[in-house]
Amino acid sequence: MDKNGSILSVNDLKTYFQTEDGMVKAVDGISFKLEKGETLGIVGESGSGKSVTNLSVMRLIPEPPGKIVGGEIIFDGVDVRKLSIDEVRKIRGRRIAMIFQDPMTSLNPFLKISTQLMEVTRLHLGHTKEQAYQHAIKMLKTVGIPDPESRINNYPHEFSGGMRQRVMIAMALSCDPELLIADEPTTALDVTIQAQILELIKDLKARMGTSVILITHDLGVVAGMTEKIIVMYAGKVFEQARTKELFASPANPYTKGLLKSVPDPAHEQGKELYQIPGLPPDVAHLPVGCPFQERCYRVEDICRREFPPFVQINEGHHSLCHFAKEVYAESNATTLEEQI
Amino acid sequence: MAEEVRQLKGTSLWRDAWKRLLKNRLSVIGLILLVFMIIAVTIGPFIILKTTGFTADYVPSQVDEGDLVNSFPPSFQHPMGTDEAGRDLLARVLQGGRISLLVGIISTIVSLIVGVSYGAIAGYFGGRIDNIMMRIVDVFYAIPYILIVIVLLSVFGGPNAPDFITALSERIGGAGNQGMSQIFLLFFALGLVSWLTMARVVRGQVLSLKNEEFVLAARASGVSTFGIIFRHLVPNVLGPVIVYATLTVPSVMLTEAFLSFLGLGVQAPYASWGSLAADGIKNISIFPWQLIFPSVTMALTLFSLNFLGDGLRDALDPQTRKF
Repeated sequence: MDKNGSILSVNDLKTYFQTEDGMVKAVDGISFKLEKGETLGIVGESGSGKSVTNLSVMRLIPEPPGKIVGGEIIFDGVDVRKLSIDEVRKIRGRRIAMIFQDPMTSLNPFLKISTQLMEVTRLHLGHTKEQAYQHAIKMLKTVGIPDPESRINNYPHEFSGGMRQRVMIAMALSCDPELLIADEPTTALDVTIQAQILELIKDLKARMGTSVILITHDLGVVAGMTEKIIVMYAGKVFEQARTKELFASPANPYTKGLLKSVPDPAHEQGKELYQIPGLPPDVAHLPVGCPFQERCYRVEDICRREFPPFVQINEGHHSLCHFAKEVYAESNATTLEEQI
Repeated sequence: MAEEVRQLKGTSLWRDAWKRLLKNRLSVIGLILLVFMIIAVTIGPFIILKTTGFTADYVPSQVDEGDLVNSFPPSFQHPMGTDEAGRDLLARVLQGGRISLLVGIISTIVSLIVGVSYGAIAGYFGGRIDNIMMRIVDVFYAIPYILIVIVLLSVFGGPNAPDFITALSERIGGAGNQGMSQIFLLFFALGLVSWLTMARVVRGQVLSLKNEEFVLAARASGVSTFGIIFRHLVPNVLGPVIVYATLTVPSVMLTEAFLSFLGLGVQAPYASWGSLAADGIKNISIFPWQLIFPSVTMALTLFSLNFLGDGLRDALDPQTRKF
């Protein structure tokens, strides 16, 4: 932990990809801080740079074509970018663990669950075979796999999607990491299982005191889980705020659009669901000015000319918009319905 | 209850494949024949020695020095007849089978180790490393491999064997054993040329597997590159590798027979099916059994290996299975 008490602080991170189409700035100058024991949500559309941010934190960006070109990633007082690959490997899985989107493909189909669970602890905690086996059973029990003693010898294809995700969580948490990165952990699961998995992550987080970064494009998921939210768009942080504040009074037109696009079964019966017009921009060829200009409901001339400033609304609430203060005031004055 | 127990036990992909293999009649026959052949060449010579006292090199005493013809047709005493020196052919065929199967299996293991590691490394690292490594394979491919083997065998054969091969064969076969070092040279030479296709097969598989999410997951949990290649990727390519290996064994055995037939391979006092056939062909019109028995035994073994390989391919790769 560094002097400010944050477990992870990312400063002006830039990860670019060299493609035939030119330089893609997948993540372009992102900064955030995660305090110990806190949960941070990262929200955004596909291609907004959520996953790349977290792969950068673990130094898992494939090089080439990708490269972290600038910024700092301070994990527990150490800049991950300055570590050798061997030192990074000691952090991966041991101190920062990751859960992936699709549990169907993130387990090795040819290895038993036991082999895969034991590998991590034998690698990082120096367990013997027997210790690792017992630990694996214990972890399966923790994540709520029934009859772990015999299930441990099964192969991944014998588990359902939800159970595989539980196994992934067991694997991620088996070394008791300080930071857990969950990259869309519920996207590939059906709704009833989603709730269970989120409940499980929440519960384990509370019990083990792990800090969590939850990446998702589902605002409903982050609402009940996180303390802070970052909204990403085209490789930039568009808005950053405490969860309650972000939902109550967003200060960015994009966040508003996102919030309005969440289906609400209680209201809007028979009404067509709102969607933000247009498509996310091609990150290789961003327009001059604000990347969101084409889709924004209150676009003005200045948005097409100048890149918007990162405005501070209040302590811990920032928004990337020329009219951040106005949007914020609107949000406080009226409901979402009347604005867009 | 029994149903429940079976369900919890976990069916691996291997067990599934085994079930499918057992449904294929030809490969089951091949498998049985092959197992029988391996048992026969392993313990057969001992049984013959115990029951009749014949060994592969034993010239029975009743063979009279002045007698011009020592070749006896198959009889109760000599089920396969005798060769032109009067030695029991059954004992010689079994002894030769040992060498032939050993050459086939050991060369395949050599090619397996070299080919799988080479291909997996090239495929996983990709880019320039892959390019260089696979061009080397291409160059090797372009040289006729029989030529390489013949050159290797004639340059290093006999007393010119390189030190490490002599050392290896002395450790196993005893000092001053030139025939043995020739056999080891054969293992080496055949293994050296048969890994190329294996490397290509594995590389292709690894190339498509390395972008799977489980590889990323393994990297994210701190597994080293070596661990990812050999603990996570290699088990996933074992299916095609096993199939290809079962098909390599007969092709290596055939090459060995061909070389021995030409007199380049296994040399006296050792025999292999190839050299036995070469001895037999001299007397084909008068003593046909001297050619027929070694050749038929070898053909049967090759058949069963090929059938088994075909069956394994169908069993391990259900997508290509005929319904």
